[in-house]
Amino acid sequence: MEWVIEAVIRVLGFSAIGFVAMIFVFLLLEGVPAFVRVPLNNLFDTSWYPSLGLYGVWPLIIGSLLVTLVAMIIAFPLGIGTAVFVREIAPNWAREILKPLIEVLAGIPSVVLGFFGMVTVAPIIRESLGAPTGLTAFTGSLLLAYMSLPTIISVAEDALDAVPRSYRDAGLAMGATQWQTIWRVVVPAARSGILMALMLGMGRAIGETMAVLMVTGNAARIPTGLSDLFMPIRTMTATIAAEMGEVARGSTHYHVLFGVGLILFIVTFAITLSAASVMFRRRSRGGLR
Amino acid sequence: MSQQLAQKLGFAFLGLMSLVVIVPILLVVGAIIYAGFPALSWEFLSAMPREGMRAGGIFPAIVGTLLLTLGTGLVAIPVGVGAAVYLSEYARDNLFTRAIRLAIVNLASIPSVVYGLFGLGLFVLLLQFGTSILAGSLTLAIMTLPVIISTSEEALRAVPMEYRTVSESLGGTHWQGIRRIVLPQALPGIITGVILGLLRAAGETAPILFTVAAFFLPRLPQSAFDQTMALPYHLYVISTQVPGMPLSIQHGTALVLLAFVLSMNLVATLIRSYFRRRREW
Repeated sequence: MEWVIEAVIRVLGFSAIGFVAMIFVFLLLEGVPAFVRVPLNNLFDTSWYPSLGLYGVWPLIIGSLLVTLVAMIIAFPLGIGTAVFVREIAPNWAREILKPLIEVLAGIPSVVLGFFGMVTVAPIIRESLGAPTGLTAFTGSLLLAYMSLPTIISVAEDALDAVPRSYRDAGLAMGATQWQTIWRVVVPAARSGILMALMLGMGRAIGETMAVLMVTGNAARIPTGLSDLFMPIRTMTATIAAEMGEVARGSTHYHVLFGVGLILFIVTFAITLSAASVMFRRRSRGGLR
Repeated sequence: MSQQLAQKLGFAFLGLMSLVVIVPILLVVGAIIYAGFPALSWEFLSAMPREGMRAGGIFPAIVGTLLLTLGTGLVAIPVGVGAAVYLSEYARDNLFTRAIRLAIVNLASIPSVVYGLFGLGLFVLLLQFGTSILAGSLTLAIMTLPVIISTSEEALRAVPMEYRTVSESLGGTHWQGIRRIVLPQALPGIITGVILGLLRAAGETAPILFTVAAFFLPRLPQSAFDQTMALPYHLYVISTQVPGMPLSIQHGTALVLLAFVLSMNLVATLIRSYFRRRREW
């Protein structure tokens, strides 16, 4: 009897691999026909007008990259600064306040943040810029930055946590101040974990859907300059979410949306893989992160 | 002295950064409670929506979210905890186990809307479940797995090795040791992880967009093959798709969803800290 249970547990153990493989195969099956049906020069063109048969995915890819990049420019320094503060400097009472609040942030559903962004953040941005609309790439980036902060902070904190105490003691014993020890000893020793924090935060941001769909205005156009940061934009995730409900199964549009999903899958897979390789290399180097 | 001053300024700057992180969190939660609270009433929570959702309550959306969460748990808990038991108690540290771990990390990083595509393609269309609670629960369950697996594994691994060796030295089999000793000891940690995972599922919108969600369905679902409304999707719909929607209803819906998610979060935290103080190791 026991061997039945153990066999089931083994199968369940492998299930994660099965699910990832299934998702990938499914995206391939439904997404690849897009690359067959739509000529490549159409697919990688700059116009996304599915109703006219124009499936240029460039604006969507650039849109996703732009909001993610700006989100990381905001979130990375904030996240690392907060992680250092929480782990190295903050008195106990401050830590007791900060950590649960960051968990609360991680728990807020993205649609709620998107809603808040629409009704509160967007009007502020519209008025402060005198822009025609507050639904811009920047609004999306701002929300994405806060949504990726919990990931960045917790991974960076773990990395700082793994730096042995003796490193800090040695720094202080050499006559360095605590401030100098943090930035010249502890943070450099934790750099691979901090890099991982950035990558995982980026993965979180690029895959985020609802908040981006609700606050970026969803105009599929290619940004040409910095001022376009304050114009509407459209991401890959938002496009799938907004359009999939209305397309017929098996239509070209249907397959192209799966193709966009396939691109997203590959991008996040690559990010995860490089983060994981940092993790595995660190382990084989022996202990110290 | 100037080094001391630099340190003081530096610390103050990092403290300021932390404030920049947490103040908006307080603002978001505070604003939603402040604006949503007046909209709450017994009718809002217990009545069907009326007049194209512009009046009445959000009862079917609340029930839908509860059903989806339940369905997700029914699938994700056995699979997730089983996988965690395998990783913690059976797996050797080899290439294969590494592949499993990589798959779990990868599963966690797949964008939620891609889960939606997958659920649509496999459960709704290929397996012909239709847009249904069943299709949505299965989709959400796969998405929730990585959270449940990694938190459960952590809880299992925290149980000291001696518990297992003592069990085996008394003649217990490997499985008996897991079933009677390790799992009960790890249970609080597993429950915490399960709640955190299910919360994530309850608040997700993108995976249910094309797999379950009904735009407007003023009745309760009749079976697992029925569509349903759900709180996150409802909030999305009424705040973007319905013109002339009273703001108070939007705020009220946001508050109900937020309160549901945060109170479960609190329960998970309380369970964790309560048992952490009481455990024997």
